[in-house]
Amino acid sequence: MPIIFEKPHLTEIQRHGEATYPHECCGFLLGRVETDRRIVQQIRAASNQRNDSPQNRYEISPKDYLHVDREARESGLDIIGFYHSHPDHPARPSAFDLENAWPGLVYVIVAVTHGKAGEITAWLLSDDRSRFLPEEFATATDFKNFQF
Amino acid sequence: MAKILIPSALRAFTNGQSEAYINGATIGQVLGNFAEQFPQVRRHLYDDQGRLRNFVNVFLGDDDVRSLKKEATPVKDGDVISIVPAVAGGTPELSKEEISRYSRHLILPEVGMDGQKKLKAASVLIIGTGGLGSPLAMYLAAAGVGRLGLVDFDVVDASNLQRQVIHNTRAVGRPKLASAKEYILSINPNVQVDTYETRFTSENAFEIAAGYDIVIDGTDNFPTRYLVNDVCVLLGKPNVYGSIFRFDGQASVFWAKKGYARRGPCYRCLYPEPPPPGLVPSCAEGGVLGVLPGIIGCIQANEAIKIILGKGDLLIGRLLLFDALGMKFRELKLRRDPKCPVCGEQPTIHELIDYEQFCGVTVVEEDGKRVNSFDITAKQLAGKLAGEPIFLLDVREPEEYQICFIPGATLIPLKQLPERLTEIDGTREIVAYCRTGKRSAQAVELLRQAGYTSAKNLAGGIHAWADEVDPSMSKY
Repeated sequence: MPIIFEKPHLTEIQRHGEATYPHECCGFLLGRVETDRRIVQQIRAASNQRNDSPQNRYEISPKDYLHVDREARESGLDIIGFYHSHPDHPARPSAFDLENAWPGLVYVIVAVTHGKAGEITAWLLSDDRSRFLPEEFATATDFKNFQF
Repeated sequence: MAKILIPSALRAFTNGQSEAYINGATIGQVLGNFAEQFPQVRRHLYDDQGRLRNFVNVFLGDDDVRSLKKEATPVKDGDVISIVPAVAGGTPELSKEEISRYSRHLILPEVGMDGQKKLKAASVLIIGTGGLGSPLAMYLAAAGVGRLGLVDFDVVDASNLQRQVIHNTRAVGRPKLASAKEYILSINPNVQVDTYETRFTSENAFEIAAGYDIVIDGTDNFPTRYLVNDVCVLLGKPNVYGSIFRFDGQASVFWAKKGYARRGPCYRCLYPEPPPPGLVPSCAEGGVLGVLPGIIGCIQANEAIKIILGKGDLLIGRLLLFDALGMKFRELKLRRDPKCPVCGEQPTIHELIDYEQFCGVTVVEEDGKRVNSFDITAKQLAGKLAGEPIFLLDVREPEEYQICFIPGATLIPLKQLPERLTEIDGTREIVAYCRTGKRSAQAVELLRQAGYTSAKNLAGGIHAWADEVDPSMSKY
């Protein structure tokens, strides 16, 4: 089912990826899951905890997760996925992304090449955990033209 | 009673509940009771040994239970337990082993570390692990493509070994997928091989192809070729095409992605309609030089790698023709057809159709086997021959007749059939056969047009006869 970004979140994600380049950026997608689509209402930047290898790894601390989850629940939202950047690398999930993936959550990846953000992709884990499946997404401005 | 806060990832398994009140004196007990109440949650929380998975964090209030007494951590009434997904990942990098393995790529400026990582991140779907699929899978695996999908449902036959080099003599009788996967992993254990033991059909094509960057058809039959084309156009994916017959091969890249700068024609721009069934013989009927699929398959692998790297001039809008006997390559320009029914300006095809019907192949299910409605099975024929007057027509070549034949058959090679129709005994029921049933299907078509409307075709040809009726007969 498609993912709808209510605001220019994709541009925000791209800017975040450019700001942390050559390191990976990461953050939360907050919103709600409906029967036929997922709606992103807010994004929240997180700090990358992987100080040892931030150019090719990211990690969000469980404490940050807990904190954001609480705030989200209080305002009636849920953590419905995450985003991160791939510096100088295509926006395709890696084996590390797969190992750590959860079912039902959206994983958005932005490619940042030589400091400039480019392609954005969105992925969901397959039921048997063997691979990621690409997911359709659109921003609210495209929303009217979006076919369901 | 403790309150468990359930992450959205697990709510598909908790009837949508975002929290649950569960009994238990320790974290281990509470989680155990939670998994009891919602059994599908268990495999996401625990591994096969019953240990909490390492990407699952459990917090009691603000504390990670790993820093307390882990699963033995005591729980009081009113405590809040949070299940927190570990959130981590990153860009693929190359291990030391991979750097040595790919060093001849890494020192090419056109590939380098960036290109090799692109290969590692890429995924290619190969339909069929036969003549074309063999070199494709082997070279793409050796080159370091991260994930290969293979679709096949066949078993290795002795007649495959002359060209399907991914299978060896010991593999005869084994499923092709098992044999191919084993060999791919022996070439490069870094490759993830996903296998789909099924026919590639309109029902499963989108689901299988969606997860891949590139689709390659290695089956060389018309229904699959049109199916792959339409799937790729509708999903916007590149379709690396190859085809072989006797001593001639073709290759191209069909990539009709809308809005894409390098947009080219699709297969339907070239051939809007398939040829009538039986007109173009398959390799099983017409034969093929064993190295030919090796050459064409390697050209397809070459183009797939260039697509992944984003380098070089692709065979988009160009049809490469190869003549193995004359040892010549030629090239034809292909243009997009604005009236193309699937990629044109006003497409009429928006979803997948029945490709067997489209290609004129009438298929019915009989005893779990797929046969044409004019077909008769080997067993049925054996039964008829025992009791009824049958005119059994062998339409193969004399050289083939010398290898083996079904007793009582009259030999009239397909090419001579139009001039020799007077030799057909129309008073008896006519059954035509050849090696695997393709040429005899043409013969039946011809006979029916000539008025012999009861003419039938032996499905699977003399091969099926050898398998089902006379095991002492040689297969070739």
